[in-house]
Amino acid sequence: MAAPQVHHLFHAPIADHSFSSDRQTLAVARENNVELYQSSGNKFTLSDELKGHEKTVTSVDIAPNSGRIVTCSQDRNAYVWEQTPSGWKPTLVLLRINRAATFVRWSPSEQKFAVGSGARVIAVCYFEEENDWWISKHLKKPIRSTITTLAWHPNSVLLAAGSTDSHARVFSSFIKGIDTRPEPSAWGERLPFNTICGEYLNDSAGWIQGVSFSPSGNALAFTGHDSSVTVVYPSAPEQPPRAMLNISTRLLPLNSLIWNGENEIIAAGHDCEPFRFRGDESGWQLAGSLENKDGDGAGGAREESALNMFRQMDLKGQAQSNTKLKSTHQNTVNAVRVFQENDGQVSSFSTSGVDGRVVIWST
Amino acid sequence: MSQSLRPYLQCCRSSLTAALAISNFASQTSERHNVPEIEAKSSPELILNPITISRNEHEKLYSGLTCYPDIEPSVNSVRISLSIKQADEIEKVLVHKFTRFLQQRAESFFILRRKPVKGYDISFLVTNYHTEHLLKHQLVEFIITFMEEVDKEVSEMKLFVRIPC
Repeated sequence: MAAPQVHHLFHAPIADHSFSSDRQTLAVARENNVELYQSSGNKFTLSDELKGHEKTVTSVDIAPNSGRIVTCSQDRNAYVWEQTPSGWKPTLVLLRINRAATFVRWSPSEQKFAVGSGARVIAVCYFEEENDWWISKHLKKPIRSTITTLAWHPNSVLLAAGSTDSHARVFSSFIKGIDTRPEPSAWGERLPFNTICGEYLNDSAGWIQGVSFSPSGNALAFTGHDSSVTVVYPSAPEQPPRAMLNISTRLLPLNSLIWNGENEIIAAGHDCEPFRFRGDESGWQLAGSLENKDGDGAGGAREESALNMFRQMDLKGQAQSNTKLKSTHQNTVNAVRVFQENDGQVSSFSTSGVDGRVVIWST
Repeated sequence: MSQSLRPYLQCCRSSLTAALAISNFASQTSERHNVPEIEAKSSPELILNPITISRNEHEKLYSGLTCYPDIEPSVNSVRISLSIKQADEIEKVLVHKFTRFLQQRAESFFILRRKPVKGYDISFLVTNYHTEHLLKHQLVEFIITFMEEVDKEVSEMKLFVRIPC
């Protein structure tokens, strides 16, 4: 296993990051802006800034084929950015929400994207040709609290959402004229808009922090604030799931997860390092950390500033103290995303966190 | 640190570390606001159960450390309140003066709350901005050290008071 590639971009939290499909462009959400980095050699250099949001940007996603970037922020807005010869041009999306937008993802078809929000709705947005703008339809029904995370099914119709009301839900976001009728699956056969295909409560009613569909779309995994990962295998529409497996761990809560094939999950969170889970329908278990802690392990610059030094001297009467964690990330990991994959098998993935680092790991 | 204290402090440390698993979370009750949910208490689902760490239920106050924490976690903020042992009148006065001194300088302590939570002597409010800009494990360390030191400090001051001029 190769050593992880560490890119320490700045000293500020990264809420979310996204790579373009050619892996040359990296978009990171930094406070009220989104910064675009271009790969040059083995590091990333700042090339562009997307300015327009008035409050913290909470999520960013680059569409793999069209290259459009969608961003959303706590100022209740989302923008779609398109590259023009004169720079990136934002288009405001008519979200019709009155609370912070928390999470955004393009559907695999790139015809739609979904925005989670604190207004207890998910806005499913699509482009309306005749008026030349992005408009949204709301998924409202049983949501009782802020949406924290979203994930698309490979068929671009089903949408999984995790919320602080401790439920992970699977919705249909079928929009006439945009989507083609999906193949019937274990999640459902007829799927009009806002059909609830599954509703799963976290075992100890913890907030849901991350959701993800398996590459085939026939299983759903989600992480809760009780440090557990739950894997659900649906049986048939309107039926209880075939299997619902809860893997509780002694780790700190996990924030984000991805599937590697059908039998492996990689998740990371407040422990600052990614963990691997392995299993199948008969049972899942924690298979250990992906971090190699034996050597000096953590590369990259050390978290050091004059402010910290004087604070140390002031508080403890010492100039130096052991302020460095053994892990590569020095603070909570917010997002885990696939970097390189082939047929659902992930060969490398990227993580970003509060410490301002983006790290690329090989599995 | 005495041997009997070690597991107690270890428990405080792991509880604090777990409670500090907080994230940036905008208010879902008021538009364009981002406030510590533990103070606003606007949505019950965003508040977790409070934890009190004491060595036994009768001697809440007079555990070995003479200082016990009460941790109230929420989705984007944690409130940590401490009770400090006050066995007699002098200690009462000293603790009051000491915490007042600190609270008047709350800005330079970042996480110190200007007023303690009712029933406690001193409170800290840690929000996601603190865990983002300071090192989380050092924050925990700071609170643990504070708990250890405050007791020593008070007994020391008490000794000074007793020394005849």
